[in-house]
Amino acid sequence: MSAEPQPQSPWQTATISRVEKRTPRVTSFWFQPSRPFTHLAGQHVDVRLTAPDGYQARRSYSIASAPEAGAAIELAIERLDDGEVSPFFHDVAEVGDEIELRGPLGGHFIWEVSDGGPILLVGGGSGVVPLMAMVRHRTLQRSAAPVALVFSARTWDEVIFRDELIGLDNRRDGFDLVLTLTREQARRPSDYSRRIDAHMMVQAMERLPKAPRLAYVCGSNAFVSAAAEAIIDAGVPAALIRTERYGV
Amino acid sequence: MVTRGFFSGRRPPSDTDARIPPGQYLEQGFPVLSAGPTPRLRTEDWSFTLKHGPKPIKKWNWAEFNALPQNKMTRDIHCVTAWTKFNTPWQGVLIDDILADAGIEPPTGFTLAHSFDGYSTNVPTKDLVTGKAMVALFYEGKPIAPDHGGPARLLVPHLYFWKSAKWVNGLQFTERDEPGFWELRGYHMYGDPWREQRYSSDS
Repeated sequence: MSAEPQPQSPWQTATISRVEKRTPRVTSFWFQPSRPFTHLAGQHVDVRLTAPDGYQARRSYSIASAPEAGAAIELAIERLDDGEVSPFFHDVAEVGDEIELRGPLGGHFIWEVSDGGPILLVGGGSGVVPLMAMVRHRTLQRSAAPVALVFSARTWDEVIFRDELIGLDNRRDGFDLVLTLTREQARRPSDYSRRIDAHMMVQAMERLPKAPRLAYVCGSNAFVSAAAEAIIDAGVPAALIRTERYGV
Repeated sequence: MVTRGFFSGRRPPSDTDARIPPGQYLEQGFPVLSAGPTPRLRTEDWSFTLKHGPKPIKKWNWAEFNALPQNKMTRDIHCVTAWTKFNTPWQGVLIDDILADAGIEPPTGFTLAHSFDGYSTNVPTKDLVTGKAMVALFYEGKPIAPDHGGPARLLVPHLYFWKSAKWVNGLQFTERDEPGFWELRGYHMYGDPWREQRYSSDS
């Protein structure tokens, strides 16, 4: 008598092991998967919630943690007021809760140290999350790949991972942070207080030793459209630009 | 597994349940997704090529393509990122009419759609013909916006929307089912929303 091997569900249960408020609207949740997986920097997971009557809602969230950071993965979730899943995380979810997870997923918006540099990263709001995984991956691998991160946020207090990013910037090891605030004055002399434009992209690329071999842009659709146009206008061929968009 | 404390705030009305595939939610807007920047396309430079393997069968410029018979199609569309949008109105050229204008029957069972930005996606030929799919030129009665694939995009509404290639510039018949851009990066070879064929590990 032999048992037929059962195909394993692609979904698994993960336990929330830590919660940390990042900004007024963004909170990080660490998920400890029951079946550990290895992701690449830039990948996402699908999260699935099930109501008592069986109704399910699923959403994709980018992974913020580096592949090397340990078994628990960090998702930085922004509260969307008319959302269905993000309010659940912000208002209900807590350490010890079990959440269904699928992944890692995505095979395009990814960067590995072996891909080399220089790299231009451009993020708007929570669009910084997959870029953060790349920055952390670079740091933990002690990579010398030159990376410039241009991060657009409305205000200083809405700069997700602000202290960590400024700490990495201060190491002067080839990672360069450019903050641009759209609703406040810049706080650092090298930062900006306006929306991303081609001139800003030119200046960001001047911080790299040579032209980027790849550019990654993530954020709302309006942000990604504008930023990608600015990067093209600054001279980067469209074929070198990878985008990830969310929202309407 | 029931999620503690989840009761859903955005459940679709029950009379629409039958139109929403599993795992999808109803979206009122029209989200934009793409792997790269929106290409800058001018209709003066636009062309559409039908190929069998490497061999071109017929090529149309913008004016020639727009002179082909046009049909309207209003359909529900389903994105793999879990949104479904009802009643999207399109106008364009049925794949059947493209083949008829080229004077051919489909030579193989597999098709790759190609786009100006290098994107590609595979669709079985039978899913493109007999009125199932078109190259769309208008959305809501207006030329398709560049972010949504204008000036022309493939429309295969019964499959996940990544199969409806934006900025399409040709169809290529292939002898085998060859994976396209997302299919090479972990997404399903067929992509039926009603069977939740999202990723390559889905049956």
